[in-house]
Parts: sequence; structure tokens; C-alpha cells
Amino acid sequence: MTSNILLARMEAHPSDSNTLARYVDTGGYATLRKTLKSMTPDEVTTEVKASNIRGRGGASFPTGVKWGFLPPDTRPRYLVVNGDESEPGTFKDRMLLERDPHQLLEGIILSAYALDVHEAFVYIRGEYPKPARRLQRAIDEAYEAGYLGGNILGSGFDLDVVVHLGAGAYICGEETALLSSLEGRRGEPRLKPPFPAVEGLYSKPTIVNNVETISNVPWIVENGGAKYAAIGPETSSGTRVMSLSGHLKKPGDYEVVAGITWRELIYEVGGGILDDRELKAWVPGGASAPWFVPSEHLDTPVTIDDIAKQGSMIGSGAVIVMDESTNVVGAAHRLVRFFSHESCGQCTPCREGTTWLERILLRILDGYGRPEDLGLLLDVSDNISPGLTWPPAMTTICPLGPSSTAPVVSMMKYFRDEVEAMIPGAPITIEEVSRG
Amino acid sequence: MISHWSTENQERASELLEQYPEKRSAVMPLLYIAALEHGHVTDDAMREVAELTGLTSAQVQAVASFYTMYKREPVGRYLVSVCTSISCYLRGADAVLEAIEDETGVLDGETTPDGMISVEHVECSGACGGAPAVSVNWELIEGLEPDKARDLIKWLRDAEPSVIFGDEMQMLFGGNPSFDWGPKETEGAIAALPAFAPYGTVGGER
Repeated sequence: MTSNILLARMEAHPSDSNTLARYVDTGGYATLRKTLKSMTPDEVTTEVKASNIRGRGGASFPTGVKWGFLPPDTRPRYLVVNGDESEPGTFKDRMLLERDPHQLLEGIILSAYALDVHEAFVYIRGEYPKPARRLQRAIDEAYEAGYLGGNILGSGFDLDVVVHLGAGAYICGEETALLSSLEGRRGEPRLKPPFPAVEGLYSKPTIVNNVETISNVPWIVENGGAKYAAIGPETSSGTRVMSLSGHLKKPGDYEVVAGITWRELIYEVGGGILDDRELKAWVPGGASAPWFVPSEHLDTPVTIDDIAKQGSMIGSGAVIVMDESTNVVGAAHRLVRFFSHESCGQCTPCREGTTWLERILLRILDGYGRPEDLGLLLDVSDNISPGLTWPPAMTTICPLGPSSTAPVVSMMKYFRDEVEAMIPGAPITIEEVSRG
Repeated sequence: MISHWSTENQERASELLEQYPEKRSAVMPLLYIAALEHGHVTDDAMREVAELTGLTSAQVQAVASFYTMYKREPVGRYLVSVCTSISCYLRGADAVLEAIEDETGVLDGETTPDGMISVEHVECSGACGGAPAVSVNWELIEGLEPDKARDLIKWLRDAEPSVIFGDEMQMLFGGNPSFDWGPKETEGAIAALPAFAPYGTVGGER
């Protein structure tokens, strides 16, 4: 049920999968050696495009298409690897960085070769010093061995890689905010277009890809894009490392092929619900994703498109499971509080809206909820993301604000009676609220 | 160059300034080094970083104030950060925070009067599979139950470790981790800053 592309080495060699010696011993950097000798940069790009791999950071954007947006003639170009992993529920990049940093590094070198990039940055969240240390040691080893620096393996190709630590801001996972941060500015998202591929770091063409996405590149180049594309459904190709957390018997990171059902993922891969309690709901793709419930979604397949069709997203692949004992207002409050804390403050609907939502949920939790709060929650959400549709309508520069409405709308959609029961006094309808 | 920084940190600063195409990009790492020199990000520290990067103090202050890990007030020798985001919340993080507040005698956001321990809640630590999670000076402990959290605080007070090692704390107080941690780390944190060799914020194996 689980698969083994990205996690093979760390599972077979738990004591030293992060070292250069073990990486080389298990076939590492052989792909790079071959590629630099016998493939052109365009041929590498062709394989990545053929793999149909879609970004593993959250937006599921096709990586090859993103690479194709680079204007042909502008130099320098930069490659920035996004290791700011901060979406609640997500801890896969942390594992890939700590346990197999050379796999990522080989992916970076291959990608940089394909993209004609000579300086790459890896942005790692500040709370991840250990993953950063492990990657830095791998980089040091790689320089020593001639896999990085000038004239790599005698090929004439040069590349430097720099690790940059964040300092505690979720928003820097958004690619334009990340670039602002890497430039030494506040981590505020920028309007798109221009997209980073055209105008990114220091206004130069820049590709920003997630740690997991780039970690797949060595396998794709070694085995061919077509072979990768053949794994799983056409539009959800390859494997994905899913982070399972919450009320599960076996939470953890698991590498799975799309098409598995939620029932299989939760009850077999994740070992089922803690103490054999009933499943109440789960977040299918990180805190920003609308919730799923067993009555509607348990036997549906885990693919990018199936999840999207049902009004949610696979996002960063973080599955947060809530059992029957969960207070849905408590859970929604905790999720909204996160967005409220992490709002960068540029856009009014997000800055004010997330704060309002957090306060309303908190007063309901504390027993001071007002009957009109039910309507107010939806009204404020509607002001952040008009129509409360999926994908969410935007009133803001980036999707953080609209994401904050996902838990609120999910809670109201599936568990309205539970919310009402927490509010003293007779519940009234939204229509009554709007009539004043 | 700032004369009163340690020679080592001055060298680090020069290296950092050179490794980016534009000097301004070094603001974030330099703020970590400045915090190490001053104990936290003081006004002087921000002025120094401004001088090094060619920015104004206001520009550096704008950056420093955006990110939660740049502490602009003094913090304790040990910064105990309790993750209370959704996955940790579902697995009892609030009880862990309460136990730590009770054991230290200070509330979320405060520092003990002796300057030993600061307590804070943080948003998602990326340890969701090993919830509830706590870090000390950004070195992680996963699966930390309330009783063990109390033991952790007592240990910090009694042992007064000069370098904080995640592996050591995980062994003494932790539970199930998000994943197999693999080999033991030889480097740990020497201050309430992320321990990263290029920033000079690590201590070695003891």
C-alpha cells in the first residue's frame, strides 16, 4: 500500500542515510555523473516535463510547466528550493532534509543544470535547525567531493548552493513572500503577475520548487519521465509523501501512490483511530484545506483531481484526523488562530477577517457565544472570500486569508448543530440575522 | 566592521555578506548572529546589521519585527516553545503548556525572574506525527506528555546544560517521534536561537 522511491534509502539504512558515503554506496550521484556527460540541459527538462510531476508544496502546479515559463534569454536565473514547510500537519520535508539530504542535493544539481542556474538557495524554516544542519553538512561533503562548486565532475558546469534560515513566518512558504524574505525584506507576498519565473529573486527569473518535488528529480532523470508518469493516475503521477497526524494509531510520514482510498490511508496506513474511537472528520491536505467527513468521502480516491472535485485539496499532503471526541469549534478555532497569527497584515480582509473569526470562535468556546455569531462567522468569511466557493475567490494578494475560511465553512457545513449547541439561548437563522 | 563582535562572528558576517548576490539578503542570518552577541535583538544589534548591509536601522527593524524568532526583549537561557497548533492540540498540547506554566511558575510569553526559562506557545513546529511537541532553544522533543514536561523543566534547572541536544532530551523525556530520527546529532543549541554552524549558533558534542 505504501511505495518506495523517496524513502527507500532512509528505510534501508536508518543509521547513516544522510551521509555522502551511504548515498554514493546506494547509487547516489551516478545519475548526475551520467547526465553531465551524456545529456543536454534540454533533455533533462524534457524528462521532468514528461514525468507530469506536480508541485508537492501545496498548489500542485505542474513542475515542467513552471520551468517552461522562464524567459529564454535573461540571465542570471536562480533556483530556490522551498523548505519553509509550515502548513500545520506537514512534516515531510523535515524528514527528507534530515534523512536524505543528498537526494535533494542531487535533485538541485540536476535541476540547476537543466535550467542553466549557477546559484541555488534552499530556504528552510527557522524552527528547523536540525534539517538545516544535515543539509549544510551534505553540501559541505558535496563540495569536497566535487559535486558542487566550479567545473562539477569535470563537466564545466558550476553551481553554488546556499542554505538560508527563516525566522518563524508561515507566510514565507508562499513563493513570492519567500523571495521577499530571501532578499532581506519582510516576508510579504507580492502581486502575481509577474510570476517568479519571469521576475523573481532580485527581479531575475527564478524557479521556486518544494523540497519533495526536487527530491524526485534524480529518480525521474535516472528512470525517465515516462516511467514516473506511469506510476498512479495520469494527473496525479508518482508517489507522494503524506504526513498523517491527529487521532491515529500510527501517525507518521508515508509514501503512497495516488488512487488509494481515504479508508485505506486512514485505517490501514495510519493504523486506524486511536483507542478504536469513531472517525469524525479529517483535513485532507493541510490546515488550508476544507474538511472531509466519513459519510461522504471515506471511500473516494486520494488523487489531486478527485479531492479538488469534491471541494478540497491535497495541498501539502498533510492529513489531520479528528475522532468523535473532537470539539469542532475548538479545532476550527485552533486552525483559524494559526492563520490570524500568520497573516502578514498587508490585505485588510485577511488581517481583520482572520482576527474577527478567531475572536468569535473563542467566545463560542468560552460559552459567551451569541446567537448571531453563526451568521457572523459566515458573513466575515464571505468578506474574506466572496461566495465561499472552491477554489476560493480572492480579495487578497495571496491565498492565506481565503484559506482561513476553510475550517469555518467546513465546521458550519457538517457540524452546525454542534456549534449551535455551544451557544446559550435559542439559535436563530442567518435570514433572521440579516433582517436585523 | 563592528569591532566588538567576536572575531569569529565578524568573519562569519563577512562570509555571509559575500554568499548572496546582494548584501541585503544577509539581514536575516546577521540578525541571528547579532542576537547571539547581545542576548537578543537590541536596538544596537539592529544598527550594526544596518551598517553591515548598507540599510537604515528602520529597514532592519522592519525585518526584525516581522519574524517571531527575532526576540526584541530579553529571553531566558532556555526558551521553551510549546506547539499548540491543530495536530498537537488534538493530542493534548494545552495540558503540556499548562504543566510547563505550572512547573516554571510563569505564564505563556513570560520569563522566570531568574532569567533561566522563557515559556511560549508557538504555531506548528512540523512535528505533527509526534504530537505533542515542545522545543528548547529550537531543539525538538516529540511525544512529550505533561508529566515528562515537568521533568524536562526540572532537568533544565538542575542540569543547566550548556548545549541543548535534541537527541538527549528526546531520550530522557520524549515519546513517539514523527519518524525515526536516524543518527545522533553532534551539534546542539548554545542559546535561544536555531543552532546552525554557519551562523555560529551551535555547540559541539559533550
